[in-house]
Amino acid sequence: MKVLLKLDGVTMDFGGLRAVSDFSIEIKEKELVGLIGPNGAGKTTVFNLITGIYTPVSGKIYFDGEDITGKPTNFIVSKGIARTFQNIRLFRELTVLENVMVSYHYQMKSGLFSSVLRLPQYLDEEKRWREEARELLSKVGLVGYENFIAGGLPYGQQRRLEIARALATHPKLLLLDEPAAGMNPNETQELMDFIKMVRDEFGVTIFLIEHDMKVVMGICERIRVMDHGVSIAEGPPEVIQRDPKVIEAYLGEAEE
Amino acid sequence: MGIVDLFQQLANGLSLGSLYALIAIGYTMVYGIIRLINFAHGDVMMVGCYLAYFGVLMFRLPWQISWILAVLLTSLLGVSIYIGAYKPLRRAPRISALITAIGVSFFLESLGLVIFGGRPKAFPRPPAFDIGLNIGGVYLVSFTLWIPLITAILLVGLVYLIYKTKIGMAMRSVATDIETTSLMGVDVDKVISFTFAIGSALAAAGGIMWAIKFPQINPYMGIMPGLKAFIAAVFGGIGNIFGAMLGGFLLGMIEILVVAFMPSIAGYRDAIAFGILIVVLLFKPTGLLGEPLKEKV
Amino acid sequence: MVALDKEVLIRKRRKTRFLLNVLLVIGIFLFLSRADHLLDPYTIRILNVSAVYMVLAMAYNLVNGTLGQFMLGPNAFIALGAYTVALLTMPVDKKAMSYIIEPLIWPFNSICLPLFPSLLIAGIIGAGAAYLVGMPSFKLRGDYLAIVTLGFGEMVVVLANNLVPITNGALGLKDIPRYVNLYWTWGWALLTYFFMRLLRTSSYGRAFEAIREDEIAAEGIGIDVRRHKLLALTIAGFFLGVGGGLLASLLGTIDPKLFSFFFTFNLLIIIVFGGLGSFTGAAIASLVFVVLSELLRAVENPINIGPIHIPGIPGMRMVVFSLLLIFVMLYWQRGLFGRKELSWDFLLNRLFPLEGVEKDEGSS
Ligand SMILES: Nc1ncnc2c1ncn2[C@@H]1O[C@H](COP(=O)(O)OP(=O)(O)OP(=O)(O)O)[C@@H](O)[C@H]1O
Ligand SMILES: [Mg+2]
Repeated sequence: MKVLLKLDGVTMDFGGLRAVSDFSIEIKEKELVGLIGPNGAGKTTVFNLITGIYTPVSGKIYFDGEDITGKPTNFIVSKGIARTFQNIRLFRELTVLENVMVSYHYQMKSGLFSSVLRLPQYLDEEKRWREEARELLSKVGLVGYENFIAGGLPYGQQRRLEIARALATHPKLLLLDEPAAGMNPNETQELMDFIKMVRDEFGVTIFLIEHDMKVVMGICERIRVMDHGVSIAEGPPEVIQRDPKVIEAYLGEAEE
Repeated sequence: MGIVDLFQQLANGLSLGSLYALIAIGYTMVYGIIRLINFAHGDVMMVGCYLAYFGVLMFRLPWQISWILAVLLTSLLGVSIYIGAYKPLRRAPRISALITAIGVSFFLESLGLVIFGGRPKAFPRPPAFDIGLNIGGVYLVSFTLWIPLITAILLVGLVYLIYKTKIGMAMRSVATDIETTSLMGVDVDKVISFTFAIGSALAAAGGIMWAIKFPQINPYMGIMPGLKAFIAAVFGGIGNIFGAMLGGFLLGMIEILVVAFMPSIAGYRDAIAFGILIVVLLFKPTGLLGEPLKEKV
Repeated sequence: MVALDKEVLIRKRRKTRFLLNVLLVIGIFLFLSRADHLLDPYTIRILNVSAVYMVLAMAYNLVNGTLGQFMLGPNAFIALGAYTVALLTMPVDKKAMSYIIEPLIWPFNSICLPLFPSLLIAGIIGAGAAYLVGMPSFKLRGDYLAIVTLGFGEMVVVLANNLVPITNGALGLKDIPRYVNLYWTWGWALLTYFFMRLLRTSSYGRAFEAIREDEIAAEGIGIDVRRHKLLALTIAGFFLGVGGGLLASLLGTIDPKLFSFFFTFNLLIIIVFGGLGSFTGAAIASLVFVVLSELLRAVENPINIGPIHIPGIPGMRMVVFSLLLIFVMLYWQRGLFGRKELSWDFLLNRLFPLEGVEKDEGSS
């Protein structure tokens, strides 16, 4: 399998704080990789670096063979990386359907005038995207909610909607930042099946951050552990579970 | 331009800069604490001037008493504006409070017009401020020296208040982290009200001295000094009181010197400040002394 | 099968809506064509001013409401539009007479155009200026953006006062040909309304609203946020320029004072009162504002009823309007319409409910 994402010695500082230090990883197509670590380990920062929200102070990021280090977020999305956010960031006042529909905007061929004047090209595109959006919503279990205001949905559904919105950008790589946060055990179980389904059905590669060990151990094929910005271990779930360094990092956190 | 002229202009710049600095502090303290551009600040200053004016001319008070009363009443006005108009919006989007502040600004101006009338009034300048001086060939009216002097005293008092007293500590603590401070049992609203009181009092003091320097007062007199002082606060780094002082003095100096050296562009005088504002915001939005704020994702 | 029915119904609905809109426009123009006979000049003037304010308020709402970027300098683009139309439409000899301090510079001193091309040029200049202002300004957000755009607005006023060979300085321009009538003003108001409504419900409109809701998330689904902000501001600049031009031609006289921050304040009241983000709200609030403003003018002028003399209270109008703004912000943030629009669908769904057909895009 081909390497899809490659981080090479990526480092990020905030003021005096080294949030991510010399971080390297390779993720192959169709893999499902987990990223774990105690609070403040630098996990979200890694996602922010991959998606171009921050530019690393050193190191390189390659996607699909192309150097995307320091490129603008919207460019990186157009190359095929989509993400969700730790603290859900939906377009709260738009409807569920609209939340998904905006993801097609950057893929639109019609220009401003064709859109405003509703020329046939625009109407065709709009219809195609609308159908696809509905299909997507049905796959994430949001049928019947199309015209609800996104901000009013229950938590679990907001997470699903955020994933649907990300999938609508037609990504090759999906970054999920703590998708199970705030979910009850039932929802979490559903979520695990859902994530596996997404990977198989949409053929995307998934890189996910998660605090819930059950989720990570249950679905990830490979897990990377970081602490204080540094990678401390990597391996399949069984190995990571028993790695003394990992246990120590988490215990250390519990003592603090 | 001779050396004497230069000193003359420097003295003018210093007194104008003092006024900008005094008014700028009110903007910067409020912004530092609740992230609100208190658009009405310049108009609060205008009210201060009118109070001092009426104290002397209508109630026949000695000017010292009248000024002090005006400063106290203006600080009350500042607190009432906070409680009536901004406090209910503390949890609303920041822009809502800004729109409200713009509303309060226009309200004070038009209410001023209704009550005081539109015709400018001549502000009485106490004799002590009106003595002609000749210092080595530099001709000055005594207020040109009084203004920086009074400003310096007020600023020293302010720095003492903020860094050496309990309420000052509470103010700084609210400015860094309002949530945590309220969890520690500090009455945040009281601290913010106090900030408004101090800021408005300084604005009134600045306004009265403004009226000494330019002794024509009218309901719209607060707009330009207000905007300029705000620009000074941004220039110095908004949220930082030393920045406001520095920004105020620099802006006053720059305005006076540019006009003195290039009289042909005097008509663009007001544009200088806005030009500075635009350049600062675009290239160094944190100003000279401000610290960067980064949004967490 | 069911899906097919839905398709047909939606298409039918779209046709009905289009027909109703055409009828509405025809109705309005029929009314306007009779207006000269039905209404007195004073009412006609109010209708004209309202329509111009509608154009301006809707354009302003696109940036502040739909895109959610708090901009405080629409007066800059309005002033540019107004001066453009004044300079282009005034006859050459009138110009020569007006510029007494310094003569008007070439090419304005030797051209005279009809209204329509002048308006288009005003719009293009407004759009260009908006683009140029937006380029650096959109590095900033929130209150910083507000202040920097206010700075640009004030700069334009300073320029209008000082660029005497172009603007005639503080004297302003009189004798601007008053070509504008109800057809012009309402024509542009309707055009702006339909344009904005169609824009809002298009893919671009959704992108603008997404930016308002969450810039980082919008960037995260591939929207070039900066480009779209510039696009929205440029569109608004066009309509603000045209609106400014209409205003100049309607009033016949302009000067720098007219375009101070005060103008921006009026537009801000209108869009906040109408509901930030609603074009219907902006349009209706414009009408309310202009009418109310006329009613309050009575309070500002002295009234003589027989022997009784009631002195006017200058400033009262703004006291009322500023209190209104504060009140809306404190107790009624959604304003008249919130972010909703008036639409035929609402009416049609009441009259002929369609099972299983949700709101369709592009409905206006
Ligand atoms: N924009 C920023 N400015 C300053 N410091 C930041 C910024 N973003 C993150 N940090 C700091 O970098 C460190 C790593 O943060 P990050 O959010 O990546 O951690 P995390 O592993 O995702 O933690 P959590 O499990 O709590 O989400 C933290 O100390 C955090 O405070
Ligand atoms: Mg995180």
